[in-house]
Amino acid sequence: MATPEGKEQTLRVGDSSLTVIQGGSGQPVLVLHEELGDPGWLQWHTELARSRTLMIPQHPGFGKSPQIKWIRNIRDLACFYSRLIREQGLTPIDVIGFSLGGWIAAEMAVNDAKQFRHMVLVGATGIKPPQGEIADLFTVTGRSYLNSSVQDQKGTAEFAKLYGGEHTPEQFEAWEDARAETARIAWSPYMFNPSLPQLLEGVAGLPTLLIWGRQDRIVPLNAGEVYHKSIAGSELMVLDRCGHRPEIEKQAEFSQRLQQFLA
Amino acid sequence: MHIMTFSERPYFHVREDDIISNQNSYFGLANMGDTGFDPAKGHQLYHEYFDERIYAEELGFDGVMLNEHHQTPFCMGSVMDVEAAVLARITKRVKIVLLGNPLPVADPLRLAEELAMIDVISGGRLVPGWVRGAGSESIANNANPAFNRERFNEAHDFVVKAWTTPGPWRYEGEHYHYRFVNPWILPMQKPRPQIWIPGIVSPETVIWCAEHRYPYIALCTNIEPTIEMCNLYADVAERNGYQAGPENFGYLQSVVVAETEEKAQELGRGFVYGGGFGSFARPEWMFPPGYNSKAATKRLAKAMTDPRTGAEIIRFTEGEIDVAEVKRSIATQYVNSQEQGLIIAGTPKTVIAKIRSLLEVLRPGIFGAWYHHGPMSYQDRRTGLRLFGQEVLPAMREMAKELDLPGPFEQMPGIRPLPASGKREQVVGLGA
Repeated sequence: MATPEGKEQTLRVGDSSLTVIQGGSGQPVLVLHEELGDPGWLQWHTELARSRTLMIPQHPGFGKSPQIKWIRNIRDLACFYSRLIREQGLTPIDVIGFSLGGWIAAEMAVNDAKQFRHMVLVGATGIKPPQGEIADLFTVTGRSYLNSSVQDQKGTAEFAKLYGGEHTPEQFEAWEDARAETARIAWSPYMFNPSLPQLLEGVAGLPTLLIWGRQDRIVPLNAGEVYHKSIAGSELMVLDRCGHRPEIEKQAEFSQRLQQFLA
Repeated sequence: MHIMTFSERPYFHVREDDIISNQNSYFGLANMGDTGFDPAKGHQLYHEYFDERIYAEELGFDGVMLNEHHQTPFCMGSVMDVEAAVLARITKRVKIVLLGNPLPVADPLRLAEELAMIDVISGGRLVPGWVRGAGSESIANNANPAFNRERFNEAHDFVVKAWTTPGPWRYEGEHYHYRFVNPWILPMQKPRPQIWIPGIVSPETVIWCAEHRYPYIALCTNIEPTIEMCNLYADVAERNGYQAGPENFGYLQSVVVAETEEKAQELGRGFVYGGGFGSFARPEWMFPPGYNSKAATKRLAKAMTDPRTGAEIIRFTEGEIDVAEVKRSIATQYVNSQEQGLIIAGTPKTVIAKIRSLLEVLRPGIFGAWYHHGPMSYQDRRTGLRLFGQEVLPAMREMAKELDLPGPFEQMPGIRPLPASGKREQVVGLGA
């Protein structure tokens, strides 16, 4: 079977350019990546791309997208992406956000829920967990952070494929760039907006699916429960024996539920 | 030549094995719990350290240098300006040299006020100096490392403006905002105190320093990169229309003096206690996100990986620490550091010879004598200071005369004219 690998393209937003990975066919879906950058084309991308066009922007300052100086916080970035999808004629669009990307999507929904058809947040940051803390990316290495992101490193085939073995200078540099950019926009408070639960209460009528690993060591499940309580009508899907990366740790269940939800 | 004493004012009642097994927790940013701090012992050490600085003044040193590190036992000067304020009152003549306040983690208006107070209380004896702070300071102070250099530059400009531009005025900057700037207590030295900048020869800082005509003090750096730094500084000075001289350069040297060579060897090991500065903090704390420029990150990424095999050369801290293995490497490090001249330990006679070689090569106008580190008794510290003050110091004065090494209070930095050719003269020793 031919793999519909993503193709890289450059879009303009105002004076800035943005690298977007695009692949598949069908109604577009906006995919917002996590704090350590775009992980590359994954199995779940391949499966969803059979019926949908995936648009995966590399956030400004991450990967190949140049840094945009005026973007200083997650709200700025959310407004930037709202402009992108509006100017590309993509609204309303389905959105999937992972970790930091989930926070961006949530801030976009708060600004204007009507720009989305469906919203899927996976292990999203953005809300202070009532118990525990969001794991700190800034006091550990990229490698340590990734290692704690999954519940079972060895048993997660795609994890080993993505992050196993020795790391190249390019990989180290990409993680450092991602950490630096995340620090620029999310240093403190880490990594939440204290007002977000209240703001989300104003998001009405947006079908929302929250996906969390029960053993998430990056964003504790109880933060997901706050998301669930704040967004009326949202569904919280909790995966057992799963950490912060359901899309690779429980890929089959993840893909199946995602496709049902977006259908 | 300006000759000053320095020590980190360590809280050294910490076992070496605990430092090692807690992943360099003595330095940079402590990993071990602060329940290990005994305030009674802290009280005694602060007073001993103050007395040593009074003693340094009596012995004829020109200055006493302090520094600042946060949330760590190895430097009790976590708020150095508090110590400087005490010294401003209890000393009479020495310069109080602060190398330095970490600007990116400070409130610059408050800093302008604190430093002005110290200058006024001391009767104009303050030498302020500023640093970006080790990477770990960004974490210790929760100051965004991604804006570290921007904050350094802006805070510097702000403090200088607060001292020299009559208030009141309003300030709306990039990282700092003040409704009302009129500090009132202004420095006694006019138009402002001399500013010296310490560092570990990062080219970006050296260039910035030369552009501002600030003396640059290399902190115990290897000789070759220090020579490169002097040449880089002098090149930038030339482009800015002045000749750099000894008054633009300083060097901090770890140097332990004792009555016998054996004793000096025993005491000098304090400089590598727990791993010394070769293992300042956990690497991941030394390079917080965005602290390095993109170019520096690229260099680091390459340095960390073997280009042939792709194997990681520098490994970040993970898993159990082998204490015995680390101790063996510390013993080797002590020997190597002495061979490289990074640590000098000896009787006045041997120390004088080694310092002479250093002065001939680097030609600094500022010399910092870092006279102890790690556990060392008060008596041994005083003896070391006395031997340095009575025997090494007079010899260094003679050398400074003979080698023509004026300090920044003998020759104002940044006003020495270039030769008529417009091409700068050599700044390091001809043998270098």
